[in-house]
Amino acid sequence: MELDRQSELNALRPDLLRFARLQLRDAGAAEDAVQETMLAALLGSHAFESRSSYKTWLIAILRNKIIDIIRGQSREVAASSLADDEAGDDLLSESLFDQRGHWQPETQPGRWADPEASFEQQQFWAVFEACLDHLPAKTARVFMMREILGFETGEICKETGISSSNCWVVLHRARMTLRACLETNWFAGVGG
Amino acid sequence: MLSCKQATELMSHEQDRTLALSERIGLRLHLWICAGCANYRRQIGVLRSACRRFGSGGTP
Repeated sequence: MELDRQSELNALRPDLLRFARLQLRDAGAAEDAVQETMLAALLGSHAFESRSSYKTWLIAILRNKIIDIIRGQSREVAASSLADDEAGDDLLSESLFDQRGHWQPETQPGRWADPEASFEQQQFWAVFEACLDHLPAKTARVFMMREILGFETGEICKETGISSSNCWVVLHRARMTLRACLETNWFAGVGG
Repeated sequence: MLSCKQATELMSHEQDRTLALSERIGLRLHLWICAGCANYRRQIGVLRSACRRFGSGGTP
């Protein structure tokens, strides 16, 4: 039983590490978070109740570790580095909209066929992770704090040292970029 | 009348803050006549669902 648990844990390790790396973009910090998660999981395995999947339980522990790390870093996302992220986004915006700010005929969003069905496919999540990974680093940090770790924008401002309006703009750009990435690399191919 | 570019900004902002009444009305009017933006709104909703699912370990 214990041995099964341990081998299951080892099998999930790559998933945990990918998850942590995406959020932290720092191999060392990601490794630490996963180590601590695995240790906590082994020590607290009696606390796991099979109401949820083992992976879900582990990710919940890992998320908390990542949140602690981010809060501990209180690393400022300097306005200048966000400006670096912006250059590419302006290009995206120009390619999506005409001069009057309307969708270009070929970029107008269409219908996405059955997203729930996509969620059941591993291949979709590989594309999803790749799209997250392609976001500029600071944009990714703010977006993932908001959407994956569940921070309120107020706390994101505090932790990253950017204003709320800047935060909203960054989140908007992230969503626009990710939507386009998923459209191009997934939904356009599934008949959407 | 809002442009699509402005509408996409508001659609993102509504996920992070409460829109002002004038913003809500402007957006509603725009969405009524713009299928592309209506699809965009659904899609960033899908994006949010995907993030929630990913963040809770609910991926296959």
